[in-house]
Amino acid sequence: MERYLKVPFQPEELKTMKAGDFVYITGTIYTARDAAHKRMEETLQRGEELPFPIDGSVIYYLGPSPAREGQVIGSAGPTTSGRMDKYTPRLLDLGLKGMIGKGKRSAEVRDAMIRNGAVYFAAIGGAGALLSKCITASEIIAYEDLGTEAIRKLTVKDLPVIVVMDPEGNCLYK
Amino acid sequence: MRTIQTNNITETIKEMCIEANYFLTEDMKHRLDASYQTETDPLGRQILSKLQENLEIAAKDLIPICQDTGMTVVFMEIGQDVHFEGGDLNEAIQEGVRRGYREGYLRKSVVSDPIIRENSGDNTPAVIHYDIVPGDRVKITVAPKGFGSESMSRIFMLKPADGIEGVKNAILTAVRDAGPNACPPMVIGVGIGGTFEKAALLSKKALTRDTSVPAEKSWAKELEEEMLAAINELMIGPAGLGGNTTAFAVNVETYATHIAGLPVAVNICCHVNRHSTRTI
Ligand code: SF4
Repeated sequence: MERYLKVPFQPEELKTMKAGDFVYITGTIYTARDAAHKRMEETLQRGEELPFPIDGSVIYYLGPSPAREGQVIGSAGPTTSGRMDKYTPRLLDLGLKGMIGKGKRSAEVRDAMIRNGAVYFAAIGGAGALLSKCITASEIIAYEDLGTEAIRKLTVKDLPVIVVMDPEGNCLYK
Repeated sequence: MRTIQTNNITETIKEMCIEANYFLTEDMKHRLDASYQTETDPLGRQILSKLQENLEIAAKDLIPICQDTGMTVVFMEIGQDVHFEGGDLNEAIQEGVRRGYREGYLRKSVVSDPIIRENSGDNTPAVIHYDIVPGDRVKITVAPKGFGSESMSRIFMLKPADGIEGVKNAILTAVRDAGPNACPPMVIGVGIGGTFEKAALLSKKALTRDTSVPAEKSWAKELEEEMLAAINELMIGPAGLGGNTTAFAVNVETYATHIAGLPVAVNICCHVNRHSTRTI
């Protein structure tokens, strides 16, 4: 099924998402990959606030290439999600509702997704030029020293993704 | 004796880093177009058409094909009658990478130390392999390698008794485990024989071979064909979401080995199998 959804997702939209759905996402999402996840974990351990409101949010596992003058962002496809598995259940328990990446997730992530009613999407790996066209604004909001791994606030319009794991834990990957 | 200036090497490497990240070789484009015709899964076809569109956008708007513009692997085949002038050759290559990644708006994906993990800021150092060959030319291949697929690559130290069946199992095991992480459709580089490191090097080199050119040895050529069919039957499909296009090609390279061993390296590459070759 094809559907067009806005972030934050409504509870009934989340409930009806099914593995295999082709979804076009519009709204505000945040990028974070390995190093940013590690810092967020350390931030939480110190009892401090995360750099963006995690409740209801969507994270895109992305480290873009640099933008040319006049471009919003460079190439912007997904990285392998499994490397973030160690940090993800905690973020899900804090209200993270959507993740965009590629590849399989751990049993712990799946359990935390079911527990919290979250959804995991795949963006097409290696289609960063195409995907960059759906990003209309990009701003670094934290960890600028990490370069490509900094946390960016993105505005996306009709970003094409596929539900690979739905809130019931059904998975499209074999 | 022929003299080559090292600043010529720097300039060439710079251009090749950029070229490789924006344009795929013709054989790779043909494989993608052909698979769109043979893919049976509707979602698979949809993804393949997006990959075609992606290549067009990359070339037209100058956006790298993939944001992971790789760790840069450089193969240098240096004619033994060549004399380099103008400074350190190794540094000339690194400077070419540095400039290519800066001027080409490519992502800096290299950390200077595997444990401390601070980004080097300019994508150096590259991994450089030197070969000395007859003649007075220098053949350079630049192959930026993404790590979604690199991380799924494997080496198997088989026993001679495992034979060709063992080799087939090794290839299928690596591909199955790689699954969606390696951004399928994949290209599989296989190195068989040599020593531990030689097999790995062969498998990397195999990825830089034109996929329309089969292996020289007849058993290796048959292995390529049989493995490509078997891999596509795994139905991992484009983006790992199902379909009969799991790999575009299997390239096998071989070398002599020891009486006691059968090393097999499987270097997995994604559909963004980048390499650029020039001879100066
Ligand atoms: S595996 Fe290849 S296509 Fe996928 S993100 Fe890495 S470089 Fe890009």
